[in-house]
Amino acid sequence: MPARYHAEMTDQVMVSARGLQKRFGETHALRGIDLEVPRGSILAMLGPNGAGKTTAVRILTTLLRADAGKATVAGYDVRTQPAEVRRRIGLTGQNAAVDELLTGRENLEMIGRLYHLPARLARQRAARLLERFDLVEAADRIAKTYSGGMRRRLDLGASLVAEPPILFLDEPTTGLDPRSRLGMWDLIAELVAGGTTLLLTTQYLEEADRLAHEIIVIDHGLVIARGTANELKGLIGGERLEVTVADGDDLAVAEQVLARIGNGRPTVESRLRRVSVAVDVRPGMLASTVRALDDAGLNVDDFSLHRPTLDDVFLSLTGRGQADEEEAA
Amino acid sequence: MTGAARPLSASEVAGTADLAAGAPLKWWLRDSVEMVKRNLRHVRRTPELLLDVTIQPVMFVLLFRYVFGGAIPIQGTTYVNYLMAGIFVQTIVFAAMGTGILLATDLAKGMIDRFRSLPMSQSAVITGRTFTDLLRGMLAIALMALVGLLVGFQPAGSPIGWVAATALLLLFGFAVSWVGVAAGALVRTPEAVQGLMFVAVFPLTFASSAFVPTSTMPSWLRFFAEHQPMTLVINGVRGFILGRPDSGAVIGSAAWSIGLVAVFFPLALVLYRRRTSR
Repeated sequence: MPARYHAEMTDQVMVSARGLQKRFGETHALRGIDLEVPRGSILAMLGPNGAGKTTAVRILTTLLRADAGKATVAGYDVRTQPAEVRRRIGLTGQNAAVDELLTGRENLEMIGRLYHLPARLARQRAARLLERFDLVEAADRIAKTYSGGMRRRLDLGASLVAEPPILFLDEPTTGLDPRSRLGMWDLIAELVAGGTTLLLTTQYLEEADRLAHEIIVIDHGLVIARGTANELKGLIGGERLEVTVADGDDLAVAEQVLARIGNGRPTVESRLRRVSVAVDVRPGMLASTVRALDDAGLNVDDFSLHRPTLDDVFLSLTGRGQADEEEAA
Repeated sequence: MTGAARPLSASEVAGTADLAAGAPLKWWLRDSVEMVKRNLRHVRRTPELLLDVTIQPVMFVLLFRYVFGGAIPIQGTTYVNYLMAGIFVQTIVFAAMGTGILLATDLAKGMIDRFRSLPMSQSAVITGRTFTDLLRGMLAIALMALVGLLVGFQPAGSPIGWVAATALLLLFGFAVSWVGVAAGALVRTPEAVQGLMFVAVFPLTFASSAFVPTSTMPSWLRFFAEHQPMTLVINGVRGFILGRPDSGAVIGSAAWSIGLVAVFFPLALVLYRRRTSR
């Protein structure tokens, strides 16, 4: 399933990898990864912990050497021209790489200087980023006193000081509270609207769905699926509507109601008094479902729309869930 | 996907166009200064980082001046005059040990990855570290000189002698800090670096002319003590600050310092690269 992005934007591939492999002792972290990120687009690398996402990012950002394969960033080989690559990228790693003993402002100014910006420009950019990332009040406090969300924002700010055309974000929202996560998503969308090319890794399908033009799903160092969010969802079978009735005798009626609303035959789990069906979410759908259940005189205990999760992707692609995987590990 | 990759020209990259020009040496120096600034801010915000070059050597001064000193006869001068050169060298070596410990601390955190993803001079991360520790060492020497004067130290050297003594100390401190960098890059935790350095530095400090004349030692130990670098540096410094320069010791210690840099500078860089590219 090859990626399709707006043709007019594919004039330049900003990040490309062919057959990337990396071993750590006996562990095959990467077993041949291919990817391409066109200019101005977002590629999301989706996968569970240990899938190889961070290893791939580290290779693409020159922090790590691949055992085999070739990767270019902005047209430069990451292996032979690392300095050229570093001038054009920003990296925000999984662990916020901010200097805890420096203030937010000092962190940004230092990074700007190390990108070799003139002192005045580094100061201006730092001030602007502090404002943009809502860190003005905390600007002159040392980063040790920052909350997790503030550190993440500062970390992202640090990778933006030089306004690099290509940005790598390794799990930018892991560990953030929902509000900070939404804020991060807005920032990312804004950046890409400004023409930045972005590669991000995530464990959340929702995040990839929300942000990415193309998604690659990685498991055990291999790309097991790639496509747009819709293409992947098609693979999983869309969202599911679940209804739990108060009285087990009503299950048959509930099944009839859901059969009219959803796609295909509803699944009945009588022990749980639950009926579920795949649905296409459209405006008014939920309200009309509730009305239909009510009109049928059903006493409903629970009613939920279940979004496909990474677990569902894994279930359908590999026949096993992420949770099983973690238990096995 | 269509389109061949074409390298972005520097001018396409806002704000980094100046990178195309400029000598690497200039950037190395500027990046090192930037790292020194960072490290000095750390020192300012965690003053306990200065304990090893302040309280600790002061305790040694007091211990040897007042506890052991009275029992150690020195020919031609007072014990405190004899002691100070040993204290100076010990202090500069402690400061250099700090290099390894603080580098290992940096390596244990994510900050090094950030630095490595930047277009900065990569060796500036460690030269910034060693330069900072030279500054720490200088501060410590000034402080020790002051403490020495308070407990009866009467220097006899000329101003030029003092400049020469300081140069000898800084050169040796710089050399040892590269040993510290190598240790910091080799060993996993700051605590392990501290342990390793202690095991190396402790015998070198005591089996030297720092606190007692080597002439009182048994012949095998005396042979070691008189030929190891710390004794040479101590004797060189002692000669300068007491106004009787020992050219043999000066040449010997300079040679050791240069030799240590020649071996440990490249070794430290290799170990650092190996450590960080995993």
